[in-house]
Amino acid sequence: MDNSRRSFIKISALGASGIALSATAFGSIGPNALTENNLLAKSAKNLKRTATYCEVCFWKCAAWAYTDEDNNIQKLIGNEIDPHCYGRLCPRGTGGVGMYSDTDRLKTPLIRTKIDGKDTFREASWEEALTLVASKMQGIKETYGAESMALLKHGSPGSHLEHLFKAYGSDTVAEPAYAQCRGPRETGFALTYGAWIGSPEPTDIRDTKCLVLIGAHIGENMHNSQVQEMSDAIDNGATIITVDPRFSTAASKSQHWLAIKPSTDIALLLSWMHVLIYEDIYNKEYVKQYGYGFDELKKHVKNFTPEWAYGITTIKPNDIRKTARVMAAAAPSTIVHPGRHVTWYGDDSQRERAIAILNGLLGSWGARGGFYFKEKIKIPKFPHPPYPHPKWGWEEIGEKYPFAEMGITSEVIKASIPGGNDKHPIKGWFVAGTNLVNTVPQREMIEKAIDSVEFIVVMDTMPMEITGYADVILPECTYLERYDGIRSATNREPSIALRMPAVEPKYDSKPAWWMAKQIGEKLGLGEYFKYDDFKDVISWQLEQMGSSLEEMEKVGVKKFKRKSGPMFLEKGQPYEFATNSGKIEFYSTELASLGFDPMPVYTSHDHPEQGFYRLNYGRSPMHTFSRTANNPNLNDLMDENKLWVNPKVARIEGLRNNQEVWLENQDGIVSTFSIKVRVTERIRWDSVYMYHGFGHNNKKLSRAFGKGMSDTQLITKVSIDPLMGGTGMRGNFVKFITENPHKETEV
Amino acid sequence: MVIDTLKCVGCSDCVVACQTENNVPVGYCRDWVTESVSGSYPTIELELKSERCNHCTNAPCVRCCPTGASHVAEGGIILVTPDECIGCGACIESCPYDARYQHPDGYIDKCTFCHHRLEKGQLPACVSVCPTKCMYFGDLDDPTSEVSELLKSRKHKVLAPEAGTKPNVYYLT
Amino acid sequence: MQEEIFISGRNIPHIDPVLEVWHFPISLYLFLGGMAAGIIFFASLFTIMRKEKEVPTAVKGAMIVAVVAISIGLVALVYDLTHLLYVWQLYMTIRIESPMSWGAWVLLIVSILSFLWVFSYSTEMFPKWDWKFEFLKKFQAYLIENRRTMAMILLPLSVILGIYTGILLSAFNARPLWNNAILGPLFLTSGLSTGAAAIILFSKNHFEKTLFTKIDLALIILELGLIIHMFMGMYAGSAVQLEALDILMGGEFTVMFFVFVVILGLIFPAMLEGVELMGFKVPSIVPALLILMGGLIFRMVMIEAGQITRYLY
Repeated sequence: MDNSRRSFIKISALGASGIALSATAFGSIGPNALTENNLLAKSAKNLKRTATYCEVCFWKCAAWAYTDEDNNIQKLIGNEIDPHCYGRLCPRGTGGVGMYSDTDRLKTPLIRTKIDGKDTFREASWEEALTLVASKMQGIKETYGAESMALLKHGSPGSHLEHLFKAYGSDTVAEPAYAQCRGPRETGFALTYGAWIGSPEPTDIRDTKCLVLIGAHIGENMHNSQVQEMSDAIDNGATIITVDPRFSTAASKSQHWLAIKPSTDIALLLSWMHVLIYEDIYNKEYVKQYGYGFDELKKHVKNFTPEWAYGITTIKPNDIRKTARVMAAAAPSTIVHPGRHVTWYGDDSQRERAIAILNGLLGSWGARGGFYFKEKIKIPKFPHPPYPHPKWGWEEIGEKYPFAEMGITSEVIKASIPGGNDKHPIKGWFVAGTNLVNTVPQREMIEKAIDSVEFIVVMDTMPMEITGYADVILPECTYLERYDGIRSATNREPSIALRMPAVEPKYDSKPAWWMAKQIGEKLGLGEYFKYDDFKDVISWQLEQMGSSLEEMEKVGVKKFKRKSGPMFLEKGQPYEFATNSGKIEFYSTELASLGFDPMPVYTSHDHPEQGFYRLNYGRSPMHTFSRTANNPNLNDLMDENKLWVNPKVARIEGLRNNQEVWLENQDGIVSTFSIKVRVTERIRWDSVYMYHGFGHNNKKLSRAFGKGMSDTQLITKVSIDPLMGGTGMRGNFVKFITENPHKETEV
Repeated sequence: MVIDTLKCVGCSDCVVACQTENNVPVGYCRDWVTESVSGSYPTIELELKSERCNHCTNAPCVRCCPTGASHVAEGGIILVTPDECIGCGACIESCPYDARYQHPDGYIDKCTFCHHRLEKGQLPACVSVCPTKCMYFGDLDDPTSEVSELLKSRKHKVLAPEAGTKPNVYYLT
Repeated sequence: MQEEIFISGRNIPHIDPVLEVWHFPISLYLFLGGMAAGIIFFASLFTIMRKEKEVPTAVKGAMIVAVVAISIGLVALVYDLTHLLYVWQLYMTIRIESPMSWGAWVLLIVSILSFLWVFSYSTEMFPKWDWKFEFLKKFQAYLIENRRTMAMILLPLSVILGIYTGILLSAFNARPLWNNAILGPLFLTSGLSTGAAAIILFSKNHFEKTLFTKIDLALIILELGLIIHMFMGMYAGSAVQLEALDILMGGEFTVMFFVFVVILGLIFPAMLEGVELMGFKVPSIVPALLILMGGLIFRMVMIEAGQITRYLY
């Protein structure tokens, strides 16, 4: 990496301008210590609460931040009336105080410079940093066109920057959450029902009678209201069926756990369809009224018997039949959950199509206990001049993939490499709120792109790996220190939530809206930012909606009445789906017209050879991947991930519990850090499992550096979904290395 | 306190909420979550439990405290008065659940069932934050309370009953 | 396979992965306290039997050792406390249920009385020392007169001092290694034995040495018997007790225990003492030191091993 233009700056040479604020100083030893009761009573009396909504993950639960007299945030409690959390924040939300108090936070703007021939960062003022960003962006606009500046984003800061970019003339926007996560399910369901799943998922879990989780691990993912509703469902005696090669927490609460062989899920889904159709237990009325292409489907699944599926999936035919019958008996209050991170093997849109079709056969779309019709309220747009029309944008970059409905991050990255996309070259990156290198697979490609791009500006709260590659780092303040757009998410009823600062920004960090405005003004786009404080924007928007800032400050969350009609379909109610045929397409006309399989087929995928194990990864309820790995409160719960290894495998490979191992994948990539082995029965013998988001390589993350292993580093083989460009990442195989392979080289 | 292990997902929200509510220093915890796995693939059983001081009826920690700092307060809750604690550590040795720890300020600390919240009519922080709503808190002496009803209708157990301490945290199984 | 793990990252200092709240200072105090109890016991016993002239070291020299031992032990105890500034709270109340509480009070009374004892003998032992003040000399005379009363108070108290640490440990039903009724008498016997060894160590009187060698030998045999008794009890106990036994019989502390405590600390000195009594010349310093060392290491092993044993996890 020494001769690259943009080497990864590992060791910082920053000055100590960030005053290290100690974590909550508890009081001195000795006669000064009041009794615990007094201390707590004292702080409880003087706590002030402000409304906010959480940014630790995408669920955006509304919460109250309690601040004490010294302007320290004491605790975060969920907003009682919020349909995302019902007053109960998840562990990451509760631990959000750590995001604020983390002393490793980015403190001042940083600009890349060379000292003694070595790349390092120097502190800069906001004026200098933002002027540099604006001038670079202007330069790219003049030389290549604004389209060649890409925005790679995630979360709330994204919306402010998207506005800036659109005003600037660029529609080259992508977020990893699409092509590296949920993209395929949006495509799969859009092709079937003409509607996205979206976030939060419109699953009526609390009234369901049967919840089928195939590749979803509710309980380990802390999708707040879904976990709460699953608990309600358990109370109501709902049956849970889990399909997972790993014994997930959800599997432990299921009446049926189908321990499927990895990568064979489509076979199981097709076989379920076969049972439902040929045993005549599908929802006939629903299919008759709303379905299109049922006869083609019936013909298609004729040979996909449970016996056929047994040979592929290793799930006994009896179990396949039994579970299909359970699903049918509970229909239409059955949910075959679409999952969320579904980029696995490259045929993921088709697998999601299969899930959508299955739901259609059961009649659960639009049924109580199935999927409700979600609705959200539109937030009025603050007036600004019309955006210019860019010549090309994310759509053109992803044009190879006809069903992509958002920017494909991997394609944007490819287009940043010279020769990667001659028609739509990318020359500059603005990365906000995403630790790109730990999120997108194929690190070599990313590093090549980073090397080729002319300018990278990174906006983040923490010194994540991606900041090591930046030319300019802009320190963003956390969600607890700023105003942001009003939250309006789809749900059973429309609701809005306010985010206002609980405390002043720490160090020299600033909110994203301020940065966007400054950059915009420097680019001559001041007309698009006709406000001094984002507070005024929110106030205006709330007034347009019949509310006010004062009201929202008091309640935090406001609900509105549905306008789009009832949540569920009435029996026999005519309904037009936004598909070509106006109906639920079991046979997809769109896919057929473009030459793709109109109905899902099973294709077999690679399996690991002897000595190799499939690398599986997932979530832990205590962390939001990289974002929280350094958070003091959450790091306390879990500071590293472990590698789940089956006891039989451990015996064969000679591994002991808590032994440190390194992994090498099929392409010869060796992990930088080691990981401790957890010998457990919960994982299948052909796979290993670890939580995603660890193995940080930036020394400035004092708590997270070197802890655990990064699975992304080992994901070098991706299977691209031909429909929407999603990167299937579960096809990588690893083998164990028990001796440190990096002994000669410095880590 | 009654905890439903069938609903607990082991998210450890109870641990973080307790930390922020009670100013527990990072590195220490008043409650924790354990996972028990038994069986062999694919016949596996998993149990997740949130554990803390059980506020035992026959508390050895109260008996062995030389100064009386460890005492039984109203409702059967066991509390420690920091000003009377000399930090001898006898109570830590006597607890079969290892629920106590030495606070960095010197005195011995543990779960207090958030009695400062109980006084205001609220529930302990862990109970009120649990996303699966698997924790219940109430008066075990009152036969009509929710916790008593749960114990009557569901199978339940306590931790280490053979230690003879008569713990008051029950786990529904 | 079975797994029982913490998943919320619990790693409390001194509690995880194994309990180690009590370390060397506590073991040191247990040893010194036991030894002092033994010395005081013999001193008071012989004083009551009016045989103090026959055992000069026991009542004089060894008592100084006892006072020094108690003082060091107290310092060690207080050093181990984490909430030091509130230590006076200990003497604001007495709680019968807590062995530590009444033990602390007994310790207080015993230390005061034994200090006074030494004070009363001080002129006899150090004739050159002159207590300058009149009231001190009068006080000393008063003490010398009432020495037998002091002994009568000290005798039961020394027994309590010797046994209460064992009772304190055995009351912790959370630590299976300690939770048996033998520990109290065992600690007492060990304390008496180390006390006798200390007396042998400092004695220059042949009669005294022989007498205490005989006493010590008997005590060691008794102690070995109690240890076997304790093991048998644990062996017949519940799963946690079997696990606890395992640490001593087949685990980390086996070598420590058997080599240093049992063989070098009990059996070997017993043999030496037996041989000495039979008439052979054995430097009496050797078994005495071995017994003292054995007593200290025994306490250390019990404290460390006991904290490792637990009911859960």
